[in-house]
Amino acid sequence: MKKVFLLLLFVAVLASCKSDDDSTSSALVQFQFSQNWDGTAVTASDIDNTVYTNENGEELKIARLRYLLSRFQLSSADGSNTLLNTYQLIDLSDASTMQSDSQVTVPEGTYTVSMIYGFNDEDNVDGAYADLNAASWNWPTMLGGGYHFLQFDGMYNVNSSEPKPFNFHNGTARVSEGVFESNFVEVDLGTITIDGDTTINIQMNIAEWFKNPNTWNLNELDTPLMPNYEAQIMMHENAQSVFSISQN
Amino acid sequence: MKKYVLSIAVLTVLLFVSCSDDSNPDEPGYEPIPYTLELPPIFDRINPPSIPSDNPLTEEGVALGKKLFFDPILSGDNTLACAGCHKPANAFTDDATLSIGIDGEEGIRNSMPLFNLAWNTNDFFWDGAANTLEKQVLEPVANPVEMHEDWENAVAELSAHPQYPEMFSKAFGTSSIDRDQVAKAIAQFMRTMVSGNSRFDKYLLGELELTESELNGFDIFMDEDRGDCFHCHGNPFNPLWTDNQYHNNGLDETFDDRGRGLVTGDPMDFGKFRSPSLRNLAYTAPYMHDGRFETLDEVIDHYSEGLVYSETIDPLMKAVAEGGVQLTTEQKEDLKAFLLSLSDPSFINNPDFQN
Ligand code: HEC
Ligand code: HEC
Repeated sequence: MKKVFLLLLFVAVLASCKSDDDSTSSALVQFQFSQNWDGTAVTASDIDNTVYTNENGEELKIARLRYLLSRFQLSSADGSNTLLNTYQLIDLSDASTMQSDSQVTVPEGTYTVSMIYGFNDEDNVDGAYADLNAASWNWPTMLGGGYHFLQFDGMYNVNSSEPKPFNFHNGTARVSEGVFESNFVEVDLGTITIDGDTTINIQMNIAEWFKNPNTWNLNELDTPLMPNYEAQIMMHENAQSVFSISQN
Repeated sequence: MKKYVLSIAVLTVLLFVSCSDDSNPDEPGYEPIPYTLELPPIFDRINPPSIPSDNPLTEEGVALGKKLFFDPILSGDNTLACAGCHKPANAFTDDATLSIGIDGEEGIRNSMPLFNLAWNTNDFFWDGAANTLEKQVLEPVANPVEMHEDWENAVAELSAHPQYPEMFSKAFGTSSIDRDQVAKAIAQFMRTMVSGNSRFDKYLLGELELTESELNGFDIFMDEDRGDCFHCHGNPFNPLWTDNQYHNNGLDETFDDRGRGLVTGDPMDFGKFRSPSLRNLAYTAPYMHDGRFETLDEVIDHYSEGLVYSETIDPLMKAVAEGGVQLTTEQKEDLKAFLLSLSDPSFINNPDFQN
């Protein structure tokens, strides 16, 4: 018995020696999510509360903000990719959604970080995810199915006598009946240096949805936007600059 | 989901075998028999139900809970059972506008139907005042406008009853009765009340064809240009047909009942109520938290032309400036036909849920 144990110990030590030899030390990488309006943090307490002014000058309040991110990827200069093949439904009203349960271990070094806003075509399968179904996150089959990428609801012209609702929802774009165009975005989040365990904070600047390249006029495009092809594509274009990263 | 049921079944057998020697509740190590929750196939589409680890479903617990649910013993004058305001024929709500307690007094709200509660991961009641089903059970018994009973008294009556002491001991392995066990047993029973066998479910499973009108109604329900009901009331991949979240759906300009605001104290929650499921509407009239609408036609008219603005209105009530989504008479009929296809006669007739 003792012998077997010693032998096992020997093998274990040998194995660990071996891996020490040919790799630099590795780091644990976690992901968290946050929201801001041009740099000012937006949290659950701002819901229905804080008034924001968008690029086009409309004063608005946020009632609900949920969005889907997936396939977080770290690519190193030598071409090796580490994919965290998971998805996260982030809900401004629910702090528990601001941290991913999944994590990856990578060798220390410099990486380009990327992710998918929404689901790519392979993942965006009608009804495929029980937790997202339970959250009623589905995108209607008549509009191409799969899931919402973004649900951003609120009121605008809030300081006028007649505040009006907007439903800024994004997902697959319907070109015409039965013809659909995928609308996810592969977001390049820039480069980071990992030298030890770290948390990558993926930030959403909510103001950017209304800004770049398309200045959004809520008075013209408030609701319904889901079946509106042009609106869906404009959101897609604006999504590129919405996300950025920081490290803590 | 099949796997889930299977593993529960295997576990049941294992436990059964391991318990067969010490099935006397008074012996240490006694375990009641785990209850197998049979899930309709449509429930594959969402997460499994959330059963609290400190109150697993057991055969004995569910049987006890059922007996308690139908027994007026829990009310002050032994005249009103839970089932008095939660009637099987009404999908376990009642047909009164506002529920009436044992002293003949009206409460402030319409009773709620009871089904698929095991999947509600949000809080209970119209305003979310109870955060678990166990806590919820404690409320109506003591509520003066409902069962108006003193818990000590209820426990004393149960302890003196010819059958209850043994049933409690079999369900919980203890010799004394307390109110938490009453709550646990009834909560267990209510978690077994699953409804998932409507015409629409069968349509989704490919077992029948819907009528033209039902299908049109479904399209209206899902169409952001027309009904746009699905953002709050679910879709074919969510068999609950509710998001269980709080919304103000444009019923009032000012609020007699602050709804969610009563619980949070936040003025921006005034007039918000938890979205009800759209299953079993054929049996659950009148509608809304205060039972203001007698018919589904009135409900549909509300969404079509009757919306009123207030500060907390949900932005999903997009057409509030025009009073609503402006459906034609034919669209209203179609929408109603679809809504009714979500009703499940096999649920209200299920002998497992009858006295
Ligand atoms: C006097 C009528 C009355 C009686 C008796 C009564 N209830 Fe209720 N029940 C109601 C009303 C009214 C509501 C909604 C209350 C609210 O939202 O404030 C309700 C809500 C509920 C809910 C919440 C359902 C949900 O989806 O959130 C449950 C569960 C429930 N009752 C179970 C019971 C049980 C168990 C008993 C017996 C111990 C009982 N009720 C006795 C009238 C009654
Ligand atoms: C913004 C979310 C939201 C949308 C969108 C919405 N509802 Fe509702 N619905 C609610 C809420 C919340 C209630 C309960 C309100 C109350 O009682 O004060 C409700 C109640 C109902 C009821 C009454 C159910 C009962 O048991 O009392 C029916 C029926 C209904 N809605 C159907 C619809 C239909 C049809 C549509 C689309 C035309 C729709 N709803 C759109 C949130 C919504």
